Amino acid sequence: MNTATHALDPHGAHAAAPTGILRWLTTTNHKDIGTMYMTFSLLMFFVGGAMILAVRAELFQPGLQLMKPEFFNQLIGVHALVMIFAALMPAATGFANWMIPLMIGAPDMALPRLNNWGFWLLPPAAILLTLPFVLALFGIGDGAVATGWTLYAPLSVQGGIGVDFAIFAIHILGVSSIMGSINIIATILNMRAPGMTLMQMPLFCWGWLVTAVLLIITLPVLAGGVTMLLTDRHFGTHFFDAAGGGDPILFQHLFWFFGHPEVYILLLPVWGLMPHVLSTFTRKPTYGHTAQVWSFIAIGVLGLVVWAHHFLTAGLPVPALLYFMYSTMSISLPLAVLFFCWIATMWRGAMSFETPMLFAVGFIVLFGIAGLTGLVLADVAADAQYHHSYFVVAHFHYALFTGGIMGVMTGVYYWLPKWTGHMYSEKLGKLHFWLTVVSFNLTFMPQFFLGLAGMPRRIPDYALQFAEFNAISTVGSFILGLSQLIFAYNIWRCVKGGEKASDAVWEGTSGLEWELSSPPPHHSWETQPVSKA
Amino acid sequence: MSEAALPPPRRHGRLVVRLLLLAAVFFGFGFALVPLYDTLCAAIGFNGKTLKDAIAAKDLPPSVVNYQRKLGVQFTSTLMPGLPWEIRPLEPAIEIHPGELRTTRFLVRNLSDQTIVGQAVPSVTPTVAARHFRKLDCFCFKQQTLAPGESREMALTFIVDGDIGDEISELTLAYAFFPAPKDPG
Repeated sequence: MNTATHALDPHGAHAAAPTGILRWLTTTNHKDIGTMYMTFSLLMFFVGGAMILAVRAELFQPGLQLMKPEFFNQLIGVHALVMIFAALMPAATGFANWMIPLMIGAPDMALPRLNNWGFWLLPPAAILLTLPFVLALFGIGDGAVATGWTLYAPLSVQGGIGVDFAIFAIHILGVSSIMGSINIIATILNMRAPGMTLMQMPLFCWGWLVTAVLLIITLPVLAGGVTMLLTDRHFGTHFFDAAGGGDPILFQHLFWFFGHPEVYILLLPVWGLMPHVLSTFTRKPTYGHTAQVWSFIAIGVLGLVVWAHHFLTAGLPVPALLYFMYSTMSISLPLAVLFFCWIATMWRGAMSFETPMLFAVGFIVLFGIAGLTGLVLADVAADAQYHHSYFVVAHFHYALFTGGIMGVMTGVYYWLPKWTGHMYSEKLGKLHFWLTVVSFNLTFMPQFFLGLAGMPRRIPDYALQFAEFNAISTVGSFILGLSQLIFAYNIWRCVKGGEKASDAVWEGTSGLEWELSSPPPHHSWETQPVSKA
Repeated sequence: MSEAALPPPRRHGRLVVRLLLLAAVFFGFGFALVPLYDTLCAAIGFNGKTLKDAIAAKDLPPSVVNYQRKLGVQFTSTLMPGLPWEIRPLEPAIEIHPGELRTTRFLVRNLSDQTIVGQAVPSVTPTVAARHFRKLDCFCFKQQTLAPGESREMALTFIVDGDIGDEISELTLAYAFFPAPKDPG
């Protein structure tokens, strides 16, 4: 079995293939769909970023200068929903679409039409999320969802039409993600090249496999929870209404049963791509492939049973507090295995620091801070002080900006030459990295101190003693936001042209995806490869 | 050689159906959590939830009054927004013996000029004591309607189990009075 071939395209050249906007509306090609996911993600990254810059501008000084508290509340909630559901998750799905078929030697995704549908559900959902802002300008409703992204009852039961818009947006996004996950699982399980066992499969595919399973398990629970919210709001049910026999704390359980695995849903694809980058730029094989696979699985399983550490202060009984504290802390063990493997891969390697490697090393250092501060928050006794403070805000931005977004940037710089066939500007890439890393820390490091000093999150105004750190944080956030324009420009420039990229692109690459041309042909693998692993 | 090496397309169908079923099961699981959560809370006393329905005296576990031991019981009450009432326990703090049947009263008054329906929701602290707190009769079992300006004494009859842990010497029963939902269901 060495040269299995398959006639994928009986019509030869794509003479009848639509062009222009119709090409993108009707495409079932995994690379086109991957490109659409990535573009949508980048666009929404700037939308969510603009929202939070407005928030940081308001927080530059104590007092209310720019906006009303109601609008402030809408901005922070929609910022989170946009960044999580419309920027980070689509970026990860974009990577999956582009890279999984290339990596496992498949001609396309298993279910191409579903793939197209999954993407085109995203823009309507993003419009639903942000439309109430526009409607409010015309005097319809009172703006977007103002409950924070967690939609806690009873606040969300009492909120305006923005809550309904958010509920339907979550429904649509959920359907889209579940379809994407089913597609990825089917592709991975059914379409690997001969000779590639599950255990030998590239780690990026493994990260996504665990992510996809987590999505299919947890998103329906969130969908159920927000459906209950909807019926509580409009159809007289009392799921979360204590007077009617319900319980508002139940919403927190339903939300975080999804919400905590969601953190790993966002991070696992990044943990999956890191070993590829580290191995390439150290010119060494990945250390501990099997250990990393089992760590992914362990984190996925543990991630499903620790959700209540997000509301340790909600009045849980002591045995439950202890359980959630210890189980949460135990996640640091498989995570430590991952850190160990990343560092061991770099150990005594012939390292060079191109932009993807810079982002990867930056990721390891900064994401480590997220992990360590997470241990502090998991401590029931300490959490009583830190809960709902800026310490939490800083912690999860270290997790989701450096762990999530910087991880995505690592992947974009790493694979962009493969996707476009051109090299990006290394000079601009390095400038982007250093500006991002410095301004990120300038933004969020002071927030740890603010939290320790007692500044609560989600407030538009604050006491005078917090003024200096908030001013520093705002300056940092604007540098951070503006630096991302370099990123967008660099991508645009690379798509338009530039130095030709070779098939292998980088010196130390290994894996099927680097055997294809850059950019890959219209049908990725017309001749099925055989995995040499 | 050529066609056989690739998986036939129909293999996806079965996998997709299974994955969709998994999603459907967890959608159901979300709703199953509602009764499950209530049962768990009442059984273990999570959130200080007490049993929702009255228990008849004959269903009480056989327990003798333990005159050796004293337990402090405090009563507090809160009004939720939208309920123009006044409520206070007539005995803010009492001492009881485990196993002893006691009745206490709350004074409730409607301060508005409208007939209003309210619903009290109880909660016991420490939460582990909740399942030992057994109510034989309580105004929280059903909605209470007060005419304009009406005031009423509402009774609560309860027993604290004899097997309540020795580490507990004092417990608090807090009532939150809500405006009754418009559409009880």
